[in-house]
Amino acid sequence: MSTSTTLVVLGAFLASAVEMVEALTIVLGVGVTRGWRSTLIGAGSAGVVLAVLVAALGPALSRIPIGALRLVVGALLLAFGLQWLRKAILRSSGFKEMHDEDEVFAEQRRLAAQAGSEQRAGLDWYSFTVSFKGVLLEGLEVVFIVIAFGSTNGQLALAAAGAALALLVVLVGGFVVQGPLARVPENRIKFVVGIMLTSFGCFWGAEGAGVDWPGDELSLLGVIAFFVVLSVGLVRALRRRRGALVPAGAEA
Amino acid sequence: MRFLKRFGLFWWDFVVGDDWRVAAGVAVGLAVTAVLAHSGVNAWWLLPVVIALVLGASLRRATASAGTRRG
Repeated sequence: MSTSTTLVVLGAFLASAVEMVEALTIVLGVGVTRGWRSTLIGAGSAGVVLAVLVAALGPALSRIPIGALRLVVGALLLAFGLQWLRKAILRSSGFKEMHDEDEVFAEQRRLAAQAGSEQRAGLDWYSFTVSFKGVLLEGLEVVFIVIAFGSTNGQLALAAAGAALALLVVLVGGFVVQGPLARVPENRIKFVVGIMLTSFGCFWGAEGAGVDWPGDELSLLGVIAFFVVLSVGLVRALRRRRGALVPAGAEA
Repeated sequence: MRFLKRFGLFWWDFVVGDDWRVAAGVAVGLAVTAVLAHSGVNAWWLLPVVIALVLGASLRRATASAGTRRG
């Protein structure tokens, strides 16, 4: 397996795992509070929509010339990946609160308990829609990453396999724990995924723009190393900056 | 019409997110890289540098309102 293939599968696995952990928390919060039938039908329906999207978009993208595809997907991955990386750096440096699955789970349960009991098509409509939307929105990010990783490298099946493995691991984890997977080091994984998305976006975007990377695929490792050093440096700089700051208004 | 607006907002938030200047910087970086590449300059180093500057500036803006300096 080549370096980029390994990184594609690893990237798809990690990115999918964190999104699926978040989707699992939503589904569990609703299911535990209001019952499982409508919740699982909602989650399953969203899964079908996502599978159709991958099946339709994957082959369609393979017809686009690889240079143009890498430029567009690289640009999208960069914009998208930099959002992840920016948030991860802000979280690691203490400028943004860490994502806490236990807290999200408790909030989800509170909202589910307070919601009305409207029935539509024989379903508890609240459970169905919240579960459907939660899985669809988190899943769209997974679909985007899988298609972006897979299509630009001609390895859609491998990227999809990485995501499927993540789904299996998260489902088994959720079944074993019987609750939100709060022990998954989600914030750290998001940091790693942010670096991978940004690195792949940079590599493919520049290639699509007509650049020849020195060392070809091997330079992808150099790009990743560059963004690791940059991100760690930015976290340290922001931590120092945070240490030198006092909250606005605290000086009065 | 409302659906189209919400659909557009969803994709804007999905791709661009909190700071549109990051996405704009990426677009400019890629455009300059493409122009240089088609002029015969293999500017592989340009995009990482642009991304570093854009990310640093975005973080600076995001943390600027967090508080005031001690002392």
